[in-house]
Amino acid sequence: MGLHKIQMPDVGEGITEAEIVEWNVKPGDVVREDDVLAAVMTDKATVEIPSPVDGTVKEINGDVGAMVAVGTVIIALEVEGEGNEASISQEAAAPTPEPAPAPAPKTEEAPAPAPAPKKTATVVKPVTSSAPKHSGATAMRAEGEAPIASPAVRKRAMDAGIKLSYVMGSGPAGRITHEDLDTYIAGGGVGAGRAVGNVPNMSVEEIKVIGLRRKIAERMQDAKSRIPHITYVDEVDVTEVESLREHMNANRREDQPKLTILPFIMKAMVISIRDYPKLSSHYDDGNDMLYQYGAAHIGMAAQTPGGLMVPVLRHAETHDIWGLAAETKRLADAARDGSITRDELTGSTITLTSLGRLGGIVSTPVINSPEVAIVGVNKMVVRPVYQDGGFVPRKMMNLSSSFDHRIVDGYDAAEFIQRIRGLLENPATLFIDS
Amino acid sequence: METLTCNVLVLGSGPGGYVAAIRAGQLGLDTVIVEGEAHGGTCLNVGCIPSKALIHAADEFEKATHFSGDNPLGISAGAPKLDLSKTIKWKDAIVGRLTGGIGGLLKKNKVRSVMGWGRMVDGKTCEVTTKNGPVTIKAKNIILATGSVPVEIPGLSFGGDVISSTEALSLDSVPKQLVVIGGGYIGLELGTAYAKMGSRVTVVEAMDRILPQYDKDLTKPVSASLKALGIEVMLNTKAKGLADKGGLVVETPGGEEATLPADKILVTVGRRAKTDGWGLKELDLSMNGNVIWINDQCKTSMTGVYAIGDVTGEPMLAHRAMAQGEMVAEIIAGENRTFDKVSIPAVCFTDPEIVTAGLSPDEAKEQGFDTKVGVFPFAANGRAMTMEAEMGFVRIVARKDNDLVLGIQAVGKGVAELSATFSLSLEMGACLQDIAGTIHAHPTQSEGFQEAALKALGHALHI
Repeated sequence: MGLHKIQMPDVGEGITEAEIVEWNVKPGDVVREDDVLAAVMTDKATVEIPSPVDGTVKEINGDVGAMVAVGTVIIALEVEGEGNEASISQEAAAPTPEPAPAPAPKTEEAPAPAPAPKKTATVVKPVTSSAPKHSGATAMRAEGEAPIASPAVRKRAMDAGIKLSYVMGSGPAGRITHEDLDTYIAGGGVGAGRAVGNVPNMSVEEIKVIGLRRKIAERMQDAKSRIPHITYVDEVDVTEVESLREHMNANRREDQPKLTILPFIMKAMVISIRDYPKLSSHYDDGNDMLYQYGAAHIGMAAQTPGGLMVPVLRHAETHDIWGLAAETKRLADAARDGSITRDELTGSTITLTSLGRLGGIVSTPVINSPEVAIVGVNKMVVRPVYQDGGFVPRKMMNLSSSFDHRIVDGYDAAEFIQRIRGLLENPATLFIDS
Repeated sequence: METLTCNVLVLGSGPGGYVAAIRAGQLGLDTVIVEGEAHGGTCLNVGCIPSKALIHAADEFEKATHFSGDNPLGISAGAPKLDLSKTIKWKDAIVGRLTGGIGGLLKKNKVRSVMGWGRMVDGKTCEVTTKNGPVTIKAKNIILATGSVPVEIPGLSFGGDVISSTEALSLDSVPKQLVVIGGGYIGLELGTAYAKMGSRVTVVEAMDRILPQYDKDLTKPVSASLKALGIEVMLNTKAKGLADKGGLVVETPGGEEATLPADKILVTVGRRAKTDGWGLKELDLSMNGNVIWINDQCKTSMTGVYAIGDVTGEPMLAHRAMAQGEMVAEIIAGENRTFDKVSIPAVCFTDPEIVTAGLSPDEAKEQGFDTKVGVFPFAANGRAMTMEAEMGFVRIVARKDNDLVLGIQAVGKGVAELSATFSLSLEMGACLQDIAGTIHAHPTQSEGFQEAALKALGHALHI
């Protein structure tokens, strides 16, 4: 028996560490070649680490959520034969790997060229969602399956008037333990003898912040701590642009996508950026440098099952309304189903965020650093507006936008938004090249 | 006429009835039990216990016979003799101790016993004919535990040399020629015992196999052992009736008639629910075929009337009746209970023994489970070798997706005792890993259980 050690693989150019997001095995598990051992995530991708050999897991290093340096041994497998211990240099276990010099043969090693241990490259496969759980262990029972519980648990449940089919089982194969029953009763389960809703829920669930959630947390923390935000809110009368939109939707060709208000706002942003180019830029505050882009790469904040993602509509200035609409839909779909590429998630120069019907009256968007501006769209409502001596119903919508005050003064911010507002309230100007 | 009133009336004091009565007594319910013969029912008097006594005696006799010939253990002994009447007396003494014990337990728990034949008059009243005259018992709750009786074959009614299992347990001499009709577990257990005691035994079975409730892998070692004992098993053969000059006329698979010489003809073609002779007609209960219909709380279609044990159908096993009896007493006492057992183990005391708990591989498949099966043969078990008991195996059936154990079976010498660990595993909801991860004492046959689990997981150690 020998040990086959598996290192944190080098998953991409310049990546020195990766986060362990999931263990698919535990010590003692028997694994076959190509079985997935773990999933790790970097800035660029989540990859599965498959087993290069058949063997038994001897040890695993690193908790879920831990950042581990490339080259660190994360799994040791007990295998038939010699294993690969000899071929893994001692230095590799150190947190920072050496910049890969060819491992010089150690002097103390036998000079005779012993048959080299079978070396298998650690291949990595990108995945879009986390790998399925290892079979057995803590699988939940399927809907409608009979609950599994010991006679003592069954008796306790019956005495308490609890139907075990309603109780979650945390044990192997979904077995219901005494603790599960306690949790159910403490949670005010039916028949627990107390009225539902009046029971103090004392439970505290520990949820490890990992993966995309951790990325979001880090970026938000970074943006909020470094950027002095200024938020500016104004209302826009979108009655005209809405009737134009309706007209265009009613008369669109079959190959044209259905229009929402977002392409119109993007178009207004593109035109406004032309007048206020500072707002489409990256601020490298470490080097006191502002990169002002001629292009308008508009990031679109999108909610996905995993959390917030910001796909980027590149070169918005090159698209007409229909093109903007088609790109918006394509990117949003790709973000949601996970097929979005890394290139489509980076490089935005200004961000547009909209919660649609959940838009509310006002929001305080957080700048997508290193950008300097983010435009937030609130909910559209019909409101009475005093016009020409009387109240008329108008479709009104607020824009809540934040700016990096280090670069953008309040005056500039207001002018920028007023420009957008003017364009949206007079939609014909969106289409007139001046 | 004497009239008694009580909360709970139990009709029949077999294993279901007496357990129900004891538990009811423990729970403080005013309980009366009615018994027409002797406490203990079929199980203690003419079933489980006496048959096991006889099987033990036969085993010992066979051992002695074995040692009187050439044997690898190097033991030499003189040819043994058997005084069956003395064996029967010994057996009767055990039965006496046990049935007497039940009387004591009932008394201790303040259960009143009324000895005499009881007949239900309505859903709350039972009339008992005692030796001191009739007694009327009025009860709020009735537990029917009337048991089962051996099935007769038309044209071969019990009497004379045609006997049931009851008589087979009290013969005064070993019959020279014994014909057993029916290759089920009762016939094979008794047939094997008599063969060991010196009878020439022929088993006549109408179907194409013995022990039809078990799969072929489980019955194969039993068939081999029957052959080794010189028991002739005639499959696809029908018993037609008694021959004029004694013996049994059978129809062979070829359709020809043949006469089998027989000193005794033991009919063991099954048992039927005892639904006559105690006033079932007066109750108008819903039936499930020939047995009383019950729900998962042993409630019949009549409020306040419960039925437990063999009278409610298969599996006709004492331990099922006991569990039902205990549950019904608790339900009457106001507790919330349902019959939620995962496993009712079954043991066949042939040589080798067969034990089953939960689902067989085929049953699991029929229920739609994707399964994995692990089998470990006793031929690879050290303890089995040292006991000259290498035949048989342990088999585990588990779900493929989560390794939950669905069923466990074994065949081999003495495996009946493994039924406890098998059933416990199933009731506790064990996964293969639970069994594989439990240290099983060495050297014991129970190691085969752990190994079967390891085998199902793909890494058995000793095979």
